[in-house]
Amino acid sequence: MDALYGLFIAPFADFGFMQRALFGSLMLSLGACPIGVFLMLRRMSLSGDAMAHAILPGAAAGFLFYGLEILPMTIGGLIAGIIVALGAGAVSRFTIQREDASMAAFYLISLAIGVLMVSIRGSSVDLMHVLFGTVLALNNEALTLIGGIVAVTLVSLAIFWRALVAECLDPLFLRSVSRMGSPVHFIFLGLVVLNLVGGFQALGTLLSVGLMMLPAAAARFWTVRVEPMCVLAVLIGFASCIAGLLLSYHASLPSGPAIILSAGVVYFASILFGTRGILRARIIHHRHRTA
Amino acid sequence: MTQTCLTFRDLTLGYNSHPAIHHLDGTIRKGSLTAVVGANGSGKSTLMKGIVGVLKPMAGEVARAPGVRAAYLPQQSELDRSFPARVVDLVSLGLWPKRGMLGRYTSEDRAAVSQALMAVGLGGFEKRPIDTLSGGQLQRTLFARVLLQDADLILLDEPFNAVDAKTVGDLIALIKRWHGEERTIMVVVHDLDLVRQNFPETLLLARQPIAWGETRETLKPENLLRARRFHEAWEENAPWCEPDGHGHDHAHGHDHHGHDHDHDAGPRAA
Repeated sequence: MDALYGLFIAPFADFGFMQRALFGSLMLSLGACPIGVFLMLRRMSLSGDAMAHAILPGAAAGFLFYGLEILPMTIGGLIAGIIVALGAGAVSRFTIQREDASMAAFYLISLAIGVLMVSIRGSSVDLMHVLFGTVLALNNEALTLIGGIVAVTLVSLAIFWRALVAECLDPLFLRSVSRMGSPVHFIFLGLVVLNLVGGFQALGTLLSVGLMMLPAAAARFWTVRVEPMCVLAVLIGFASCIAGLLLSYHASLPSGPAIILSAGVVYFASILFGTRGILRARIIHHRHRTA
Repeated sequence: MTQTCLTFRDLTLGYNSHPAIHHLDGTIRKGSLTAVVGANGSGKSTLMKGIVGVLKPMAGEVARAPGVRAAYLPQQSELDRSFPARVVDLVSLGLWPKRGMLGRYTSEDRAAVSQALMAVGLGGFEKRPIDTLSGGQLQRTLFARVLLQDADLILLDEPFNAVDAKTVGDLIALIKRWHGEERTIMVVVHDLDLVRQNFPETLLLARQPIAWGETRETLKPENLLRARRFHEAWEENAPWCEPDGHGHDHAHGHDHHGHDHDHDAGPRAA
């Protein structure tokens, strides 16, 4: 019993920084995982990655002017991300170019600017901070910020749920009955940026996409409906955060990659064992019904 | 006195400054059932898009009578069949005009969804994932959604493509039921026999109307022949159509008003 306590409870009970890390990352999962589900269903899985790179110059600008302060870096990242999201979204909506191409163009330009800015000022240690985050050093300011982002995300999802589903499922139909199509798309892109910016406090720009996409990708193997898929993605996100933090604590691993790799393990397990996964499809379905 | 549902005023629709519908004038009567026929590229789908408003006119306008709500079944649906949704989720989208983005679905709504599915012969399919439906079943599902939209103006773009004969019969019966309910219906169809048997009125298009009116009159051999001579391709350097310039080097259907018109304004080479 004591061993179990020592393994699972004590790290969180005994250390304030672990509690904060747990609280912050759980909140992050609550907002980012449903967003990831929709990104995946809209075939924009890699856009999340692109967006995460795109927020770099904004964060770097904040870093250049104010040093390693959370608020300026966050606001900078938000502005850069929104410029790229709206720019790429607008190019795809109003020209013949598809969103994947316009997103690639915008994020590459943005990333180049960001790397340039970081190199002007800093050492590579600073760059590592920006890229890989500091989940074990979340302060109150950062936690409040993440809380706010999660609240905005969940409220927006609740309000625009039906329009978002319609826009994914049958965009032309939505255009024929309502003018919500384009606004919903841009609101959604805004939420993506918001959650990535929230995530880069904890996990860094590179890994914040992982917490968004991996639980969503794993949840896809278990259910054929959107609502349970979002719930499941959040639960997988929760489990990954807890497992990752414990792993990081006991094995002295960096916390961000530990969380993402935990989600990665769930993903591979889902590919194999999910109700729509490989084993079920290949091995168990020997029998079939008559109609 | 018959009421008008749609009025086209000098309507030009198209892509990249090339018209697909050129200076269309005329009206669609409330409660009418019109087949829209013509060769590939003659502007049938474009006209549908223009009426529903997903394509903005290059010139002129489509005026809907006040309060007319349209339901539109496109030829090339942008439906994502891999999206994790059930038949009931897809059909429920048809409740949008009634419930909007935020309104709750009531038990009455759910009953209406089941009834709509029943009406297209898909009773009990509610829980089926949409990626397990056959092409014809999906088409009927989309008909159920149109049914649920409860629209006054129904636009169907080639709804019978890849649909078996029995299903075509079912769908025609549904269209006739709508016709009986005084809804205005326009259907893009390729099968002329089907048109002759089931549609009282026909619009024969070849970028401009070749003939428009009673089906038997419209589908006379000479009209069909003229429609067949229609030149599908864009002329990359066709002369610009000036507001007052169509008197001398163009002959468009400007004089078409309503269903009764001379059949003289076929497309001559521009």
